[in-house]
Amino acid sequence: MNVYRTLLHLYPSSYRAEYGDEMCGVFEQQLAMAGGTLAKCGLWIAALVEVLSNAVAVHWQIARRDLRYSFRSLLRSPGFAIPAILLVTIGIGANAAIFTLADFVLVRPLPFPEPQRLVKVWEKHPGYSFMELSPANYRDFKAAANSFASLAAYTDIDMNLVGQGEPLRIEGAIVTADLFSTLGKAPWIGRCFTEQDDRPGAPATALLSYGFWQTEFGGDSSVLGKSINLDDASYTVVGVMPPDFQFPSRETKFWKTFRFEEENYQDRNDNWIVGIGRLKPGVTVAQARTEMELIARRLETQYPKENEKVGTTVVSLRDEVSQQSRLLLLALCGAAVCLLVIACANLANLLLVRSLARQKELSIRVSLGANRRYLLRQLLSESFLLGVAGGMGAVGVAGGILPLLSRLVPNALPIQEVPPVDVRLLLLALGLTAITITAFGVAPAIRACRNANFSGLRDGVRTGGVGSHKTRSALVIAEVAISVVLLISSGLLIRALWTVQAVNPGFRTEDILTVRTALPIPKYEKTNVREHFYTKVLTAVRRLPGVTDAAYISALPMVWRGGIWPVEVNGRSQNRAEGTSASLRYVTPGFFRTMAIPVERGRDVSESDTVDTPYVAVVSESFAGRYWPDENPIGRHFNFGLHDREIVGVVGDVRVRGLERASEPQVYLPYKQVPDGWLIGYLPKDLAIYTTLPPPQLIREVRQIIAGADPQQPISNVRTMEEIVAGETESRAVQTRVLMTFTGVAILLAGLGIYGLLSFTVSLRQQEFGIRMALGARQSDIFKMVLSRGAILAVAGLIPGLVLAYFAARWLESLLAGVKPGDLLTFSSATVLCFAATLLGTVVPALQAVRVDPTTVMRAE
Amino acid sequence: MSDTPDSLLPLQPTTFHILLSLADEDRHGYAIILDVARRTNGEIKLSAGTLYRSIQRMLELGLIIETKTRPAPELDDVRRRYYRITPLGTAVAKAEAGRLNSLLKMARSCGVVPRTT
Repeated sequence: MNVYRTLLHLYPSSYRAEYGDEMCGVFEQQLAMAGGTLAKCGLWIAALVEVLSNAVAVHWQIARRDLRYSFRSLLRSPGFAIPAILLVTIGIGANAAIFTLADFVLVRPLPFPEPQRLVKVWEKHPGYSFMELSPANYRDFKAAANSFASLAAYTDIDMNLVGQGEPLRIEGAIVTADLFSTLGKAPWIGRCFTEQDDRPGAPATALLSYGFWQTEFGGDSSVLGKSINLDDASYTVVGVMPPDFQFPSRETKFWKTFRFEEENYQDRNDNWIVGIGRLKPGVTVAQARTEMELIARRLETQYPKENEKVGTTVVSLRDEVSQQSRLLLLALCGAAVCLLVIACANLANLLLVRSLARQKELSIRVSLGANRRYLLRQLLSESFLLGVAGGMGAVGVAGGILPLLSRLVPNALPIQEVPPVDVRLLLLALGLTAITITAFGVAPAIRACRNANFSGLRDGVRTGGVGSHKTRSALVIAEVAISVVLLISSGLLIRALWTVQAVNPGFRTEDILTVRTALPIPKYEKTNVREHFYTKVLTAVRRLPGVTDAAYISALPMVWRGGIWPVEVNGRSQNRAEGTSASLRYVTPGFFRTMAIPVERGRDVSESDTVDTPYVAVVSESFAGRYWPDENPIGRHFNFGLHDREIVGVVGDVRVRGLERASEPQVYLPYKQVPDGWLIGYLPKDLAIYTTLPPPQLIREVRQIIAGADPQQPISNVRTMEEIVAGETESRAVQTRVLMTFTGVAILLAGLGIYGLLSFTVSLRQQEFGIRMALGARQSDIFKMVLSRGAILAVAGLIPGLVLAYFAARWLESLLAGVKPGDLLTFSSATVLCFAATLLGTVVPALQAVRVDPTTVMRAE
Repeated sequence: MSDTPDSLLPLQPTTFHILLSLADEDRHGYAIILDVARRTNGEIKLSAGTLYRSIQRMLELGLIIETKTRPAPELDDVRRRYYRITPLGTAVAKAEAGRLNSLLKMARSCGVVPRTT
């Protein structure tokens, strides 16, 4: 019978106490009536099953009753329930969103089989840790390396698609045939590339992305075997990749093969392809790095001039996230945790106050015979309901915030733009809610039940002991401290953002409309055919009302950061190993005028600079200063971009690589001096238009002009120069905005925390204030007394907050763009702001204290 | 109890059997189990767990009460508690019986159940 009695422990204790003995009696009699051993065994099995099922049902029945009661109780106190639910929603919602994002970007495996074996292979040059590979070095690396199961390569490419309705400029990739097997991905339909597709002279074939197949071909599988026209060449579609395949970027719409000719392997300084490898099982990234370094040393010996100081870098594909992106996300994670702690501190304060306020009610219920465990269960049900409501709100908040944070998902990762709201997010929200409610709901509930006794029934009893007050003060101090950390961190990051935004890019950013018209080869292989197009377009655009000037360039600054070539001066090779390279751009006359890049000396390129006249160049000031310091560079010669060139002008430097990175000096060459069929990647394709009208008003006319010049020529990348430059600081700006929102909420919560604590204290000390006033204290004395209490709390929070903020700022130093981690202005402003916010929270309780009427209080006593 | 007999219908079979068992006399738990088994020719054998869950619910609904009237000590077991049907319980049992009777009539009119002669 003891076994059955033990089994009954599965029931709630109250139920067991009520019916346990009787159930044992019944079971005993049933057992006695049962015949043989078999019948007794049957009875035991049936008893086990029915106890289990009935115990669950009874527990659920009790929980439902408690939840119903708690729900009604919360409905009766919206002043408590609404702020508590909002606190859980804000704290957990912010954390769920930020941590989902961080998990998505930094932790979650990439969408490839065994993604930990995938690595990227780069060349390493002096001053460049991650340089693309030259096809020649790639071929040698691939032949010599033993660490890789396969080593593929790819590069991005934009091509014109015609013959599918309106001409389109689409992004794609040129790849080696083994790229897909390296990544471990098979096509959705059709076949992958084979070695045959990647041989010189092989028929041109292409694979399409799933999205592109859906939008352009309506998901029709008969696309296989059909031809598409890319840059005036015909490609046979051999397959479509699956929907989750986004490599190398989310924008990739097609893949084609390199089909390298022998001449592609001639120049080892022509770095333009990216290596991607799958390590052999058991080989680590470090081992692969060591092996590749040895191979690079061997190649350096073999090709001492071209491969001088050329090393290799092997990094896990997962680690492609830049240090800045990583730090931006981690900083937001830290801020979200701070916000959660503040929200929890406020929640704990709210629950403490509520438990104190209900002390009398609980005491009455205990004195009338209520079980303390029953009361505890009810209080916990309240916390549970708050958690569930807040948790659900948090999932909604997180789902709403995540798309706004998509700018923080680096483009370098082959993953979706917006992290999906998935089961991980729900589990995270659930976990955080459980932790919050357990940590801050259970303690006040236990405390309230323990203190519920007859002494609580005495009229005029003071609720909340010294211990409780200390706990609540400590929570408020923690809130202030964390708010200061957040305030200073976001203050410093705002200053850093302003610093970056204030960097002079070296050109005009406002009132410039930019449009890309990438001319396809071989249609525009001949220089004179291109000239005809440029002249027609520029002449018509310049005539448009409101257009002041217009010009073409190979690629606008900050749009393309590549195109870096070695420089040779006085017959001496100044190769990249010496860190003396420059960016190469072809421009049409008037580019400097359009972009307001000052011509410091000499002249602009002109229409008379052709392939039949001496090759000339306009260089930036830093270029001139590097080779001819304190000399007039005009008329000097240097070898660059396959030709000897004479300097005819010097212009101001521009930030080719963006606002936060140092740029190489710039060399601009006349657009008519591109020899036929040479340097096709550098043909001018970005049109910049300086206009006095709002730039979007011009788009329609510009489209018409380009369609007039070549109806098959698509235009793409229509945006203003301001948008391009703003894109440089976009992830910073998003992070700063999120951080500012968190900080605003944190400061508000800290102010409310102080307000709540002091309001409660004032309500408890009404009698004391009444007596003080009756004994002659002035209203101003009482006001000062309450205010000083708030000030003490604020200062107690500010001191550790300032210290912590300094350490946080040191950790964020690489994001601060030169702003000092101990920046006095930020620290002092944050201190004043935080102190003011907390004092503001003190004023109302202080006024409440002043309004205490001594006679009323004394009479009540 | 604000519940009307009709608002509690249909009854769970276990509840109905317990009400029927208590209709003629007060009984303790094990006696109810035996009585239900006897009435149903052993087809329904209530387990202790099911019985006391039903009893708890019926007490809450006011269909039965626990009675202090106990048999002579030599016939009693101190662990036993005796239950009595309340007027509400009787009304609910009658209402349920009426409901079942109507159903039976309906089944007969459809020929699902043979007509009695």
